[in-house]
Amino acid sequence: MANTRLLQLEAKTTIVDASKRLGMPRRDFLQFCATLAAGLGLPPGAEAAVAEAVASKKRPSVIWLHFQECTGCTESLLRAEHPTLERLILDVISLDYHETLFAAAGHQVEQARKTAMAANKGAYLLVVEGAIPTRDGGIYCKVGGQTAIELTRECAADAAAVIAIGSCASWGGMPSTAPNPTGSSGVADVLGKPVVTIPGCPPNPYNFLATVVHFLTFAALPPLDELGRPKFAYSRLIHENCERRAHFDAGRFAMQFGDEGHRKGYCLYKLGCKGPETYANCPTALFGDAGAGTWPVGCGHPCIGCTEQGVGFSKPIHMLSKVKNAEPPQQYPRIVEEQGVGATLGSASLLAAVAGAAAGAGAMVARNLGLSHQAAEAERARAAREKTEV
Amino acid sequence: MSTQQHARPAPVGGSLLNATTLVCGVLIAVMATIILVRLIFGLGATTNLNDGYSWGAWVVVDVFIGSALACGGFSVALLVYIFNKGQYHPLVRPALLGSLFGYTLAGAAITFDLGRWWNFWHIFWPGYFNVNSVMFEVAACIMLYIIVMWIEFSPVFLEKLGLHEAHRKLSKLLFFFIALGIVLPMMHQASLGTMLVVMGGQVNPLWQTPMQPLIYLLSAIILGYGVVLFESCVAASAYRRQVEISMLNPMARVMLGIMGFYLLVRFADLIARGVLGQAFQPTFIALSFWIENACFIAPFLLIRSVEARRNPARLFLAGVAVMLGGILLRLNGFLIAFDTGPGWTYFPSVPELLVTIGIFAAEVLGYIVITRRFPVLPREEAYAQPTHS
Amino acid sequence: MRTEKPAPSSGENTRRKFLKGCLSAAGTAVASGTLSTLSTPAAARDTYQRPPEALGLLYDATLCIGCKACVAACKQANDNPPEFSTADKLWDTPLDTSGNTFNIIKMYRHGTMTTKDAEINGYAFMKTSCMHCADPSCVSACPVTAMTKDPVTGVVAYDPDACVGCRYCVVACPFGIPKYQYDSPTGEIGKCELCRHRVADGHYSACAEVCPTGATLHGRTRDLLSEAKRRLALSAGSITRYPRGSIDGGPEQSYEGYVGHYQQHVYGETEYGGTQVLKLSAVAFEKVGMPNLPPKSSAATSETIQHTLYGGLLMPFAVLGAMTYVAKRNVHHEEDDEGAQAAAKKAGKEGS
Repeated sequence: MANTRLLQLEAKTTIVDASKRLGMPRRDFLQFCATLAAGLGLPPGAEAAVAEAVASKKRPSVIWLHFQECTGCTESLLRAEHPTLERLILDVISLDYHETLFAAAGHQVEQARKTAMAANKGAYLLVVEGAIPTRDGGIYCKVGGQTAIELTRECAADAAAVIAIGSCASWGGMPSTAPNPTGSSGVADVLGKPVVTIPGCPPNPYNFLATVVHFLTFAALPPLDELGRPKFAYSRLIHENCERRAHFDAGRFAMQFGDEGHRKGYCLYKLGCKGPETYANCPTALFGDAGAGTWPVGCGHPCIGCTEQGVGFSKPIHMLSKVKNAEPPQQYPRIVEEQGVGATLGSASLLAAVAGAAAGAGAMVARNLGLSHQAAEAERARAAREKTEV
Repeated sequence: MSTQQHARPAPVGGSLLNATTLVCGVLIAVMATIILVRLIFGLGATTNLNDGYSWGAWVVVDVFIGSALACGGFSVALLVYIFNKGQYHPLVRPALLGSLFGYTLAGAAITFDLGRWWNFWHIFWPGYFNVNSVMFEVAACIMLYIIVMWIEFSPVFLEKLGLHEAHRKLSKLLFFFIALGIVLPMMHQASLGTMLVVMGGQVNPLWQTPMQPLIYLLSAIILGYGVVLFESCVAASAYRRQVEISMLNPMARVMLGIMGFYLLVRFADLIARGVLGQAFQPTFIALSFWIENACFIAPFLLIRSVEARRNPARLFLAGVAVMLGGILLRLNGFLIAFDTGPGWTYFPSVPELLVTIGIFAAEVLGYIVITRRFPVLPREEAYAQPTHS
Repeated sequence: MRTEKPAPSSGENTRRKFLKGCLSAAGTAVASGTLSTLSTPAAARDTYQRPPEALGLLYDATLCIGCKACVAACKQANDNPPEFSTADKLWDTPLDTSGNTFNIIKMYRHGTMTTKDAEINGYAFMKTSCMHCADPSCVSACPVTAMTKDPVTGVVAYDPDACVGCRYCVVACPFGIPKYQYDSPTGEIGKCELCRHRVADGHYSACAEVCPTGATLHGRTRDLLSEAKRRLALSAGSITRYPRGSIDGGPEQSYEGYVGHYQQHVYGETEYGGTQVLKLSAVAFEKVGMPNLPPKSSAATSETIQHTLYGGLLMPFAVLGAMTYVAKRNVHHEEDDEGAQAAAKKAGKEGS
């Protein structure tokens, strides 16, 4: 039913215009919107809303800042098998400032940024990629003479929403590995308020994209957890969705890279896989639109927990991970289990019947004996009386 | 009545077919069917035995309690042949008959309770048996005792069959078997109690003590007299005979004496180990403990005086009380107060109960058949009972 | 005419006294034998200790993640069938060890169950399998030597060909480990035998081989005991190296991990003389199903009683000798009386 509703939009002028502008067949455009809606976990029917919003609404302005990063998150966003997809991505939003993608440089591009911020005051999205150094006043990262801290605060002041993309911006990421000489931190720590975080190194681009489209469609952010991560992507442990979970459950592990178990695709827990304590949707969303197995574990390397603060870039890659269960499953037998069969109606009544019969028979015997004893005593007394009488 | 002179044993006679024997026959047939099912399909198919209660009705009731109720032969032999109380001689054969059936059927019950019964001969075979095991000693003694009892009882068959020469030859050697028939039960009845020791803390402290051998031996002797009281009264009532009050009266006094000593030992042990307080906790187990001991105390109230002991009804009830007490001592130790860990429940299934009932029915039927057809009970004029329903 | 029983002569009186003495002696023998089990060192059988090369396992509940790889590995190594406890019989879900399940992971639960290894509002795992006691109750109880303890490795083994299925071992074991296969007419007892059948192929206990965290560790108990004590001495939260698989030799599988909050007790060090399977736990042992046992084993008490009463069959033969003497006198006496009776009867018949 939902698809027919979506297909009905094909004829709508806004959709036709958008498809023309993007140079994609209308059906492909609608399919893209449906995929996004599915990725967000939206209810059926929402994909139509997404399509209409993408096609018609004014594209939100996005200011994209780069700090202590490797630009992997941007690269991840640009990796797509469908050539028009990158155009679509850049067309869904109005990217008004992006250091990697801009042709311009220097004072001009900084001016462009200030203009865009003023023009879209209160309505633009601020995306931050990379960690922000905080030691010594943050001098270890400066762009255009301003420290990362100053830039972040300035841009965040009038933003409608702040999105930290990648683990570096989310909580410090790789630069924050001990001893963390520059004091790299996440955006939330610098701003002192919670922000939306899309951790990962790099994160799946659709996690970011879907969040933005949700904001575009519903003028609100998708449900977030206590760390600001959208729940549709970060509410489950990797362990819960891992395709090798059956091997973990059956106790089949790879012990060394290249050994028999490794070749057979056994669980990588013993090699240090952090799946059991990392929240992300890698096993289901995968990377690069290249098909099944395109994620670390699928390729035979244990997950390093790149999304989790305290796990990724902090715990050694081959150190055993803690197995976090949201709740221990009910399937474990308790220390004390109720077992055995108690008295049934049949057995209890049989036993009662036997006991009753025995008691009854016993009572009868006792009575018989008592009566005969009485009779004997009476007989004796009578004989004794007769004797004395005689 | 002269003490040394007594009526010779003779078959009671009469028809073997009556309501009692027919009911017993039916129960035995049911039991046989269930045993067949057990042999084909296993213990799980016929019993409620589980991993928490591995010893259930068949072991505890048929074997432990059955062999305890079969102490009659032992207790009376003790009186007659060791204490030379010849006046009890007429009690020997019927008590021996009860013992014979009790132990033989207990042995049969073991065989079909064993999970791997085809290996049962291992218990008696050098190279297999484990001399440290209490169960080995119990099984070996019981096996020997069953053989000894059949030999002790064989004069009954020899007399009936008219084999006087064989009877005379056997009589010359009988004293040795009688002695064995005293020592063997002393050994295994005491060790039946020792079987509890290795179970450690799984047996409630009210029943777990290193004094088991003495406690169980004394209770076995007492049980023997209790069974004789019971069986004499029931046989007299059923066959319309006079109760042998002259013998039962003083025998009951002996029983009371030993029972007093038993209670002394039992409670002294509880106090010495400091566990008597557990008997006063509001639990089902504490209740069972008091019921058990009340059964041993009841005879003191019923038949303390000579007058009271002349009343066969009181003797009968005292016998029943003693039997119940002995049964409860064993039932409590091995089943009710046995706790392998929380979470386990057990109650015998209907087939299990029917087999146990069948075993007792076989004893009753066997007793009736033998006493009616073989010289076991003393020859006696039938005593006319006053008419009552 | 009936002959009256003659009045008791002095001879009979002394005989009666002698007989009474005999029986009281026998009774006293039993009583003193029983009492002496508590005091006589000569007849007492001491609790056995572990042999020096005893093999066993160290189970550390704080390392266990409840993955149940050990349960699966044990089933496979012993060719055991799955056990079902749910409506849809899809997974092996035993509720306890049984004749077909030799190893199981149980879970302790309390309150909200949020924190692992917390006694309050937490959860914890506990492995249940044969403890391979130093003084096994099952070995003492078995009447046909189906349960044996290897003198070198100390592994408690089961031989179904000797077994009669009496299930005395089932009721004797304080841990409730040996269990009988009730579902089969030819059922056997089933319990962990430390994978002794895999030693020839160069393997050791399957549960230890597969355990991903080294929660179950195989080795000589004396080495495992040292390792256990080493862990108890560490402070909670520090990092240490944990071996995996086997503690003595084999491919290097150890890893670094955090130390948990242990109960300061190695379970199995002294219980019933000691066990070869040792356990460490963060939650109190009684709460995770491990009973509180004294150092003196119940097998020692039971065998002391047996040896005192029946050792060398001395007392039984002595009592038998006494009983034989007495019985001979009395039965002989009776026959004489009966002979005299018959003769008197005859005389009476002829007379009248």
